[in-house]
Amino acid sequence: MKRDARDGLLINPIRDGTVIDHITGGEALNVLKIIGITGTTTESISVATNVKSGKMGRKDIVKIENRELVKEEVNRIALIAPNASINIIRNYKVYEKKGVEIPRVLAGVVRCPNPGCISNTNEPIDSKFEVLPKGLHCLYCDWIITKDITSHLI
Amino acid sequence: MCRNGTAGLLPSRARCIPMNHIISIRDLSRTEIDRLIDEASRIQSSVSIDQSLKGKILALLFFEPSTRTRMSFEAAMARMGGTSIGLDNVEASSMAKGETLADTIRVVSGYADTIVLRHPKEGAARLASEFASVPVINAGDGAGQHPSQTLLDLYTIRQSMPLEGITVGLLGDLRYGRTAHSLAYALSLYGATLHTISPKGLELPGSITDELRENGAGIVEHRDISEIIKELDVLYVTRIQRERFPDSASYFKVASSYRVTTELLDGVRENLIVLHPLPRLDEIDPGVDQLPFARYFEQSRNGIPVRMAMLRKVMG
Repeated sequence: MKRDARDGLLINPIRDGTVIDHITGGEALNVLKIIGITGTTTESISVATNVKSGKMGRKDIVKIENRELVKEEVNRIALIAPNASINIIRNYKVYEKKGVEIPRVLAGVVRCPNPGCISNTNEPIDSKFEVLPKGLHCLYCDWIITKDITSHLI
Repeated sequence: MCRNGTAGLLPSRARCIPMNHIISIRDLSRTEIDRLIDEASRIQSSVSIDQSLKGKILALLFFEPSTRTRMSFEAAMARMGGTSIGLDNVEASSMAKGETLADTIRVVSGYADTIVLRHPKEGAARLASEFASVPVINAGDGAGQHPSQTLLDLYTIRQSMPLEGITVGLLGDLRYGRTAHSLAYALSLYGATLHTISPKGLELPGSITDELRENGAGIVEHRDISEIIKELDVLYVTRIQRERFPDSASYFKVASSYRVTTELLDGVRENLIVLHPLPRLDEIDPGVDQLPFARYFEQSRNGIPVRMAMLRKVMG
């Protein structure tokens, strides 16, 4: 059956992969960044931004084909999209559904804004931040990022 | 995350440090601080010859200049029968060839029983503790932590009064002064009331005042030291750094208004003590040195028993 254009844009269901739903409106591209998907990676991605949502008003959706996100990747998403839900798809069916959980420590996700921090040198370490209610606390230099976390994503 | 079998980086307060590193005053509980100060006190009052670290080797890695800290660690080690080996010229080290600090620490771990590190980058000692197979003591990491200074500050105060609930004035550059930050944090564990007096733009950072208040410390800001000087038990003076000002004229204008003089100390509490981590420039008039309030040289001397207690804690 031919689809009516008035039905809106269609994003095809994926056979295998991950659907990230209920992303805070406008944060989809940051979600891709946080899980390491850039213009140079090979995954097929569908992104819908600012879609109407009963619960959230506006939300973003990301579909990633042929890649199942692991728990650590899922939890990174919680930083910028705490209400996101993750659906692992196998053979067009939802194989697993899970929420996101903010991790206690983030390693190699966020760059410390303190130029004097040892984690901004050529030392063989990842940045490490403890997630606190007031922000992200650098475990090397004690700097605390309280806002605009996405601008510090590595 | 853990290297060399140590706990490595864990969230604050819960940081498990089984290898006895001393990286930040924040890693120590009030009980641990009290124990170290008690031990320093026992060491200072002891008359017997101490050979408790005989046969031990201390590595002093100083990537920034230091007089008091370096010499007092060396003297502390010698007073317990131990030996020190050192690096104080980065130009002559493998770091000049591009070696990472992580590799340097791994190598030096094989030469010594403890490493004392001073480094210009914040968090350097924390990194070192991840790669070292021996205890690391932080002797100052950039604008970050300098726990042995804080411990000797507390020790010097406790020689004159109990630490509980005292009223302390912090005067000078409170924005960049790491000794003031660490001391303020430690005093907050003892329920101190802190009065901050600093030039505009050099105030205690908001994130630190918030944390101190969360810990239960009272904090009152002042622009003029004379407003509060008569109510203080301790006046802790820090250097106002010239490089923070656009020109010499503006520096001298500000620095002169934050100078501690004999006149300023007229009518203060009889038991007031004036401390300074040294070196001082113009913050304290030399005339103050003769007054009973002046304890900064004693404070500097106290670096020996306090660092002896620290070395014994990590190696004993």
